[in-house]
Amino acid sequence: MSPAPTVGMAIPERQHYCDEVQQMLYNASLWNGHRIHFDMPYATEVEGYPGLVVAGPLMGDWLHQVVDEWLGDAGMITGIEYSNRIAAYVGETVTAGGTVTAYDEATGEVALEVFVKNERDEVLTPGVITATLTSAS
Amino acid sequence: MSALLSEDVLSHIGKQSEPRREIVTRRDIRKYAIATDNRQAKYLDGDVAPPLFHLHLFWDVVPLSELSPDGVSIDSLLPKFPLEKAMAGGLDITYHKPIKPGDWLTATRTLTNIYEKAGRSGPLIFYEVLMEVRGDDDELVVTEKTTRILR
Repeated sequence: MSPAPTVGMAIPERQHYCDEVQQMLYNASLWNGHRIHFDMPYATEVEGYPGLVVAGPLMGDWLHQVVDEWLGDAGMITGIEYSNRIAAYVGETVTAGGTVTAYDEATGEVALEVFVKNERDEVLTPGVITATLTSAS
Repeated sequence: MSALLSEDVLSHIGKQSEPRREIVTRRDIRKYAIATDNRQAKYLDGDVAPPLFHLHLFWDVVPLSELSPDGVSIDSLLPKFPLEKAMAGGLDITYHKPIKPGDWLTATRTLTNIYEKAGRSGPLIFYEVLMEVRGDDDELVVTEKTTRILR
C-alpha cells in the first residue's frame, strides 16, 4: 500500500472481464451446478435472463480483491458486508473499486465503501469492508 | 402474527446443520485463487487462502441425483417456504484468523431467523443463516451471516 489512507481517498480500481472459462472453473471449484451460470438456453428461455449470469459470490470476491491488493502486505481484511443487487452477465466487463470512509491511526482500523459496477455505471454489488493495517511504517 | 409464515415454518428457527470438517489443501487454494482472477503470489502459490475461501471449502458437495433440475443443491436446513423466487441476498462476514494449507476446519450452520416484510410489489420472506468456522483448537476462524430474500 503506498500512501497512508485518508478519508475520501479512492483506492485503485480493477476491471474484470467476465469470461465463460473462468465462470466454469469458479463454479466447478465451489461445486455449484446452477444452470444459470453455464446453460445458455436454460438461463435465457427458462429463467428469462439476457445471458449467462456471473456468480454472485465471485463479485463478492472481487470486492475483497480490490481492497486486498491495495493493502498488500500492510494489512488484513477483518470483515465485509455486501449484497448482490443487480446481476452481471458473461461478456461484460465490470469494475471493482472503493473509497476510504474511516481511518483510525491509533488502532490501524480502516473502513472502505466498496462496489462492483458495470459499464453502464450501475452498482451491482455494494459493500463495506473493514481492515486493520498491521505494519507500522 | 404472520400472514405467510406458518408456525411449522417458524419452528425451524434455531435448527442447526451437522458440523462439517474439511482439510485445507494448497491445491484447493490455488484453484480458487486462479478461478477468481486473483493476482497475488501468496494466494496463487497456495501459501495462504484468500478471504472468502471458506465458501469454496464448505459449499455443499452433494451427489448429482440430489440436485434439483436447475442444478441447485437443496439446503436441508430450510423448511419449504410459501415463496420460492430468490432475490438478492446479503453477506456479513468477520475474518478472525488466516486460513492455511493443512488446517482442519469445521463449519456449523444455524438457521437463526425467518421473518416477513411487505415489499413494494408484495410480501417478502427473509431468512438468516449463521455459519461459524472453527479450527481444531475450537477458535473461531470465520463467522458469516447470510440474509436471503424470497418473493
